[in-house]
Amino acid sequence: MNTAVTLAAGADQDGFRLAVRRLLAADVAPDAVVWGTPDAGDLFGGTLTGDAPPVMLPRALAAMITPVVCHRDPERYALLYRLIWRMRHGEPALLANPADPLVRRLETMRKAIRRDLHKMHAFVRFRETIAPDGTARYIAWFEPDHYIVEATAGFFVERFRGMIWAILTPVGSLFWDTERLAIGGAGSKDHLPADDAFEAGWCSYYESIFNPARLNTVAMRSEMAGKYWHNLPEARLIPALVRGAPERLREMVAREATAPVHRDPTRAVAAMTRQNPQSLADLNRIIAAAPGLVPGSARAVLGEGPVGAAIMLVGEQPGDAEDIAGRPFVGPAGQMLDRALAAAGIDRTTTYLTNAVKHFKYQQRGKRRLHASPTTSEVKHYRWWLMQELGFVQPKLVVALGATALLALTGQPLPLLRNRGPISFDGQAGFVTTHPAYLLRLPDPATQQTAYTAFVADLQHARSLASA
Amino acid sequence: MDEALDAKLRILTDAAKYDASCASSGGKKRAAGKSGIGSTTGSGICHSYTPDGRCISLLKILLTNYCLFDCAYCINRRSSNTRRARFTVAEVVSLTLGFYKRNYIEGLFLSSGIIRSPDYTMEQMMLVAKTLRNEHGFAGYIHLKTIPEANPWLIEQAGLFADRLSINLELPLQKSLEDLAPEKNTATIKTAMGQMRERIVEAKEERRHFAPAGQSTQLIVGADAATDDIVLTTSASLYKNYALKRVYYSAFSPIPEASRFLPAKSPPLQREHRLYQADWLLRYYGFTVPEITDGGDHGMLDLDIDPKLAWALKHRALFPVDVNTAPREMLLRVPGLGTRAVDRILAARRHMRLRLDDIARLTSGLKRLRPFLITLDHRPTRLIDRADLRQSLVAPPVQPSLFD
Repeated sequence: MNTAVTLAAGADQDGFRLAVRRLLAADVAPDAVVWGTPDAGDLFGGTLTGDAPPVMLPRALAAMITPVVCHRDPERYALLYRLIWRMRHGEPALLANPADPLVRRLETMRKAIRRDLHKMHAFVRFRETIAPDGTARYIAWFEPDHYIVEATAGFFVERFRGMIWAILTPVGSLFWDTERLAIGGAGSKDHLPADDAFEAGWCSYYESIFNPARLNTVAMRSEMAGKYWHNLPEARLIPALVRGAPERLREMVAREATAPVHRDPTRAVAAMTRQNPQSLADLNRIIAAAPGLVPGSARAVLGEGPVGAAIMLVGEQPGDAEDIAGRPFVGPAGQMLDRALAAAGIDRTTTYLTNAVKHFKYQQRGKRRLHASPTTSEVKHYRWWLMQELGFVQPKLVVALGATALLALTGQPLPLLRNRGPISFDGQAGFVTTHPAYLLRLPDPATQQTAYTAFVADLQHARSLASA
Repeated sequence: MDEALDAKLRILTDAAKYDASCASSGGKKRAAGKSGIGSTTGSGICHSYTPDGRCISLLKILLTNYCLFDCAYCINRRSSNTRRARFTVAEVVSLTLGFYKRNYIEGLFLSSGIIRSPDYTMEQMMLVAKTLRNEHGFAGYIHLKTIPEANPWLIEQAGLFADRLSINLELPLQKSLEDLAPEKNTATIKTAMGQMRERIVEAKEERRHFAPAGQSTQLIVGADAATDDIVLTTSASLYKNYALKRVYYSAFSPIPEASRFLPAKSPPLQREHRLYQADWLLRYYGFTVPEITDGGDHGMLDLDIDPKLAWALKHRALFPVDVNTAPREMLLRVPGLGTRAVDRILAARRHMRLRLDDIARLTSGLKRLRPFLITLDHRPTRLIDRADLRQSLVAPPVQPSLFD
């Protein structure tokens, strides 16, 4: 005797899975199952009830079942069960053979679902209506080919999370209130607002983006079949655009090229040279107004010191104290630097101080803002500014304090210690030494003292190079 | 929408439509944050199609079509008498959000004529992107047409807000660019492309956001004397040296207010179509530029048949290919077999020996395949030597699908 399985209308994912468990537990072959829906009337055959043990299905099979259950074909359940049966009876790799007729047919069905989903994602058109409380609501009417409404919900929620919206279809509806999704029964086109504030603008856009010189309605129809047109506001423009295209093209081609308006090309060229910052103050205005290129403070800490200084010191980036003060080298590392400069006989006020990265990059830990090192590409984001700055200051010697400054001045991540000492940055005399913050991080006072002495010696060396 | 804004939208859309790029693909998946809107799907969505067969995926507009430059192929050049308009930053933001919320578009593709200076223009464009991202939590797709003449720091910033950056090379020959676009310079363009490439690669390694959907460019076809050979060689070098995601080919379209320097005739759509096919062969089928152009004559592709078939007809000795034993590289060279069909054949081959019927289930191009393929029950007899093979395979003239 046949076994009858009755499933709910539409895409009954849970019902089908339960039925499969029962059928497999009772060892019912595909030919002995009659599949039906409640509206199909009584089925002849016995029914299975009760619980059945869970069935482990390969992932590839599950990925076939979920979409195909959404298909409108009444045979979908029978075909899927046949596939499951065969895979459990001697053909475990069946799905991997795309040339098998059953696999091919199911694959075609899956493709139809994928396409239907894709078209629904593409062709749903919301209209806005303003509720009495002033909030905007968005409502759409769409007619999918298959039972895919629930399957599309995730896409629309992810995309329009901050909006209140409803999508109504003849086979079910979705409602989203910015927090929860509700799934309802068939909707009605009558609930679609009569008009929308942007629809006319959208149609203007559609008309204007069309190029009559390239008329190709075959390509258009293959992707946007006529069945979708009645729900697409822009589609009502198509007939007139197609009719008018040949004439518009003829007109464009026939129109005599008009005499060009003579405008002086030197203006364009001048605009391009004029746009470069003309002074350090100009450059600083740009840097101060630009958003940060690292995640952290929005405040740019600009360079400080006289143009034409003998020595330009380049550090890594402003820290917490510098960000608050808006000046470079005023925190603990800055104080260490001040000490070392004094010891080396360098006057800070006649020196130019700046950082490779102009914004404080940090991570928030409770109330503290923890310094975070800039990455290579972040340092490079700032490079052009630093090079311009260098060009305006024109120091005798530029000193890279630490690896980040070295990277910023050369454009390449280079090992610091191997490059310590005099260097040439593309013709600009330079010097490489450690960053004062490095001294602060050394735990052992004796090592710290040695490192400090070396740092001061470096600065003295730099001073002698700059005054040579 | 008020009338003045509608009028601007028409002018600045019309001015943007000659740019072929429209893709919203290439990025990673991304969903809207709490109370935000916008997502990207990875492969992008075409929300509508116009009767030219091209898809509408992005709101493709210019910020302004006033322009200091005088590029002969461009309707917006300084010397053109076209109508001019200019959007404010707020207007573009409002249009993008309004369209996006109605599910008309995947995002914004913003380009602009150059006003005041390249820097000023680029800053205005960035302000649009920044406002959308920072003030409206917009997570949809943003493609910015970068202005290579702008200072490098602006490019450094653009990538932080945009999904894709692009710079149009427009003409592959430096000489043509000099003649037709006097303010432009191939070296400037390539420097900017190099800078973007370096930053995109580094950011990907560091898992930072910088133009995650990469960069693309456009070449205009038919406005100058460049042959297909030159165009494709340029593309191959762009793919190799700048890691471009896409090179778009745009058949030079007659424009109202055309310059006297340029051909006033229908755009060479078929040529553009063949170039796209050749581009695919370069990127996915293991062909080299010399192999592709070898199928045509004098550096031009055969307009009547696709470049793969053209190559096969000139290399008949390599065919027929046994579908049950041939390696992937050779199957990819069979006219009518696409990458997906080849992968299906390879999968099926592990389970069975393939017959003609099986092939029919795996691909739709059986008729074209027959002369080139051996299956268990089919061996083409001397068909490959027939003089009229070309004629029998040339499709009756239909309008090609021009755009993917």
